[in-house]
Amino acid sequence: MTSDNRPVATALSRRTFLRRMFRRETILGWLFVMPALAMYAVFVLVPAVLSLRYSFFRWNGIGDMRWVGLQNYLTVLEVPDLLGTIFNAFRLVIFFSFIPVSLGLVVASIIHRVATGKFGSISRTVIFLPQVIPLVAAGIIWCWLLALPGLVNQILRSIGLGAYAIAWLGDFDWALPAVGLIGIWVMLGFCCVVLLTAIANVDPSLYESARIDGASWFAEFFNITIPMLRHEIGVLLTVTVIAALAAFDIIYVSTAGGPGNSTSVPGVQIYILAFTEQRIGLASALSVMLMVLVLIVVIPIQRLSREEAS
Amino acid sequence: MKIGRGELLAGRLILLAMMAFTLMPFISIFVTGLHPSNTLPSGLEWPAEPQWGNFVEAFRQAHMTNLLISSTYLVIAVVPISLIISTMAAFAIGLLRIPGARVLLFLFVFGLTLPFGGIIVPLYYLERWMGIYNTRIAIVLPLIALYMPFAVFWMRAHFINMPTEISEAARVDGANTWDLLWKIHLPLARAPVTSLGILMSVWTWNQFLLALVLVENPDERTMAGALGAFQGHYATDVPLLCAGTILILLPTLIVFVLFQRQIIAALLQGAVKG
Repeated sequence: MTSDNRPVATALSRRTFLRRMFRRETILGWLFVMPALAMYAVFVLVPAVLSLRYSFFRWNGIGDMRWVGLQNYLTVLEVPDLLGTIFNAFRLVIFFSFIPVSLGLVVASIIHRVATGKFGSISRTVIFLPQVIPLVAAGIIWCWLLALPGLVNQILRSIGLGAYAIAWLGDFDWALPAVGLIGIWVMLGFCCVVLLTAIANVDPSLYESARIDGASWFAEFFNITIPMLRHEIGVLLTVTVIAALAAFDIIYVSTAGGPGNSTSVPGVQIYILAFTEQRIGLASALSVMLMVLVLIVVIPIQRLSREEAS
Repeated sequence: MKIGRGELLAGRLILLAMMAFTLMPFISIFVTGLHPSNTLPSGLEWPAEPQWGNFVEAFRQAHMTNLLISSTYLVIAVVPISLIISTMAAFAIGLLRIPGARVLLFLFVFGLTLPFGGIIVPLYYLERWMGIYNTRIAIVLPLIALYMPFAVFWMRAHFINMPTEISEAARVDGANTWDLLWKIHLPLARAPVTSLGILMSVWTWNQFLLALVLVENPDERTMAGALGAFQGHYATDVPLLCAGTILILLPTLIVFVLFQRQIIAALLQGAVKG
């Protein structure tokens, strides 16, 4: 790196020295990478490849493995309960990703416009709280809130809508949106805080001149906030979509996929197939489909937000 | 600034509503946790006689002392090693720019999209085969590995922004590569290393799936993993379950309040760099 700018006086000896040094640096550099790479390879990449391998076999985890080709994949596509998990995952994207990001945009822009002082920073901290607790805890808390005697129904009764009170997580139609509500509760603060910081980095003169012109909140929101935050919105969509497709903790503790299979998602179904039904091959086929699915969904979002940002 | 009073009021009301939406669940389980054991109170109702003893009972029943020790053990086993090996790798990739750095980076970034659920089944059989299944090591090793994509990516983003003059000056003064990392660049990387450490501690504490699958004994799991087991045992005793949940939440909430600024900053940078 530095050799080109050096005086030529001791060029020969120095150059051979530097070259040897450079080679040593390469070796040393690779040695530096090795521990991280080895751990990553053994406990992440190898299992990922093993998933692919298992997916071509019928195996109960103990006995002999029997080659079945693509049969496991066909089974996932043919059995409605299995294919349904993938549809459910996409429905969850609405609740774990689209709603928190859009609501986060609205809340962040409100904080930015009307609550720049202490009130704003308190509300930021409060809204962020659910992000630091374990997702399992969020699931358990909401299990109780959404139960028949829980807070949600108590509020409905107090405003005269008691007739609509149900056990939300036990209802075939409402269980998925109810689980989605938990996702909104957890994700909102994260989205909001990321967007708030991004707004703070937008050139303030944009907002000032808009306000001098008497721009409304709506005008400001659609003409400044959204266009200026495209990159962050893209990043948030990526992170939250991965979280939605890979969801496990919240659903496992709140509904375990039920009632029926109305809230079953790939993560939970893989767990049940592998560890209670001992159908390793089928579980692995679903695992591979989940990994591919995440890649298929995430790469375009990344590409889009990169292009727009540049 | 031309913001009408009406709009100011409306905006603040919306914010108050959002805060209520966030806080109500916490308040509800706290109040429920104070009701007599084995009763079924309604969502938000102050008990006639608050049963503070529920928290003591839940502390005992959930083996809280064990859990705190177990989770702390996991954090101590996972976080320092992850920090060291990811920093070394990121230093080689981002600063030394060794041949093959791009491929390595790509390989690690690929891991960012990998759902834990996608590899959990083979991981279980791999660990049985290695003979580490059902020990704490069974959680420690995969967690370190699963943090590598993010940690390497994160530290690389720091190293790549370091001005090359620093390294050059150190070289002229006769520093070798080893000194360059430990004496020059590590002290400069204190902020990103701290943020990364906090993040990985919280993630470890909250990790559920790995603990659930790879360790059978709830006492040797993470806090979150144990909470899952606790729910299984006390699903019918709502007040006790609520009290237990509060206890398990408390450490993370306290840590959050203490390190609020660092945690938010860490998560932010994490998201935006990703």
